[in-house]
Amino acid sequence: MTQLAAERRDTVTDRRAPRRRIPLTALVGAILLGIVVVVALVSFIYLPYPPQQIGGGRLTGPSAAHWLGTDALGRDLASQLMVGARIALAAGAGATLIGAVLGVILGLVAAFTQRWIDDGLAAILDILIAFPSLLLAMLVVAARGATLTSAIIALGLAMTAVVARLTRIYTKRILSSQYVTAARTSGTGVFGIIGRHVLPNLWPTLAVILALQFGLAVLAEASLSYLGLGAPPPNASWGSLLRDAQATVYTAPVGAIAPGVALVILVLGTNLVADGLRELFDPTRRQR
Amino acid sequence: MLAYVLRRAVFLVVSLAAAAVLTFVLLRLLPGDPANALTSVGATPEQIAAARRAIGSDQPLPQQFVTWFGSMVRFDMGTSFISGLEVGPELLQRLSVTLPLTLIAFAVAILIAGPVGFVAARYSRSWVGLVFSAVAQFGIAVPVFWVGILLVWGFSLGWRLLPPSGIPTDGWSDPAGMLRFLVLPVATIAIVMSASLTRYVRSACLDVIGSGYLTNFRALGASFGSAFWHHGVKSVAVPLTSVLGIELATTFLGAVVVENVFALPGLGSLIVTGIAQHDYPTIQGVLLITTLLVLIVGFLADFTQKMLDPRLRGTLI
Repeated sequence: MTQLAAERRDTVTDRRAPRRRIPLTALVGAILLGIVVVVALVSFIYLPYPPQQIGGGRLTGPSAAHWLGTDALGRDLASQLMVGARIALAAGAGATLIGAVLGVILGLVAAFTQRWIDDGLAAILDILIAFPSLLLAMLVVAARGATLTSAIIALGLAMTAVVARLTRIYTKRILSSQYVTAARTSGTGVFGIIGRHVLPNLWPTLAVILALQFGLAVLAEASLSYLGLGAPPPNASWGSLLRDAQATVYTAPVGAIAPGVALVILVLGTNLVADGLRELFDPTRRQR
Repeated sequence: MLAYVLRRAVFLVVSLAAAAVLTFVLLRLLPGDPANALTSVGATPEQIAAARRAIGSDQPLPQQFVTWFGSMVRFDMGTSFISGLEVGPELLQRLSVTLPLTLIAFAVAILIAGPVGFVAARYSRSWVGLVFSAVAQFGIAVPVFWVGILLVWGFSLGWRLLPPSGIPTDGWSDPAGMLRFLVLPVATIAIVMSASLTRYVRSACLDVIGSGYLTNFRALGASFGSAFWHHGVKSVAVPLTSVLGIELATTFLGAVVVENVFALPGLGSLIVTGIAQHDYPTIQGVLLITTLLVLIVGFLADFTQKMLDPRLRGTLI
């Protein structure tokens, strides 16, 4: 009984104190994400070695000359890892950009147009979402060839379906509110309503979803590259580094550990940012 | 009820047809002739023409589509460009690896996630809940194939406990041997899947634990365990079934990737070699059977959820 009382007191104090400071998760996530971004930026002006340069012995462990050692061909692992950060961010950002732009437009169109267009779009989105994104990516790669662009297009299209469905549902909810009716009766046009009422109410939810989808896209691109269906050399992604290092994991474990750790840092970072944003925008979910 | 099943069946068939059309259009409308995959570099024009006749790519595209769609409807997946074997039986053979791998890994993941998610929710305000949340965060950020590589490194190469790759030559006629080879792939998928499942279980349990009716039963004198067992478990199960459907599909795709880590002869390795060799019938076959499985799982999840929740039964029309 005392425990019950304590639990109840907790919920009461939680409801009373909706603090709006930046959550710790978002801060940690932003730092992790920042590390990868900085490494990617630095890779444009400084690399320890040209990533494709062969020399310095094969499969050497970490040393002063090669911070993370070398791969089976004698290439510097740290340099390849730094270039991989660019690929991972490009894949995530590219797919997210396609998904966000196309998805929001499609979702708005569905929510604002006649019933039959809306129904048709909703059915297509349902089918697209049922089609797993990795398979869609494999299909596009089979048709267009294994390039980074193929991967970005495929993952972006898969994300479009998710974003469009979300946008459609939320926009309809916003459109049915009384303040939109008020805006309409006072003569605000469609674009005025979108700009002034729909987008500002939509973007908090959208930001959370996009952050999560960014991480998923990075993981999917790594999977494709690991399967040999991603960007071809010399633009080695972290996935293809892992593919190469797998055969020599026993003799040179660093090569098989470092790219995985890099992936975890990036994806964990974006996931934490997403969680933090959700906490920030939705105080009722703070204790989750 | 009957109308609901019929409607879902129509959705399933339409989705499958859409996936089939999408697959066909994307693979055939893009530049490049599939006959190139059949002939070696430097083949004479006659050889290429013969190859085109053999696979029918000399016909106009609409004609090709009708022929192909007709055979699809009769469950004839065509023959592989590369091996010359029929795709249908090959797919069934590969499924006998991928399907058990998926289902066993999924079952293990649920067995881990159920209790862990419950404990994480029950003690969400203590350090126990915090530790669980942190571990789960790592779990959903980890690439599944990397876990596989690390497990091979630790348990096969370092410790020499388990085989690193492949399956026994006898396949399933040697069940014990087969299972031994599946331990690491199953562990790989289960570790990653249980992380995301734990989060869903925890979230569903938190909703129930914070609900008014559970507090009510406790106020009436029921212990927490009794109140949760008699009144909470079903409420947890309802939102979880729809999630489980999606997660089962994700597990299946995880299996497709993980098979390549462990060189298992399943659907995953089949489609990767198929793409590398431009073997269109094989690619189409794998994509279609995968889509079909994902759709069926989605249907079953939706149906189970409506069966479990009386409030949703009204929508079974």
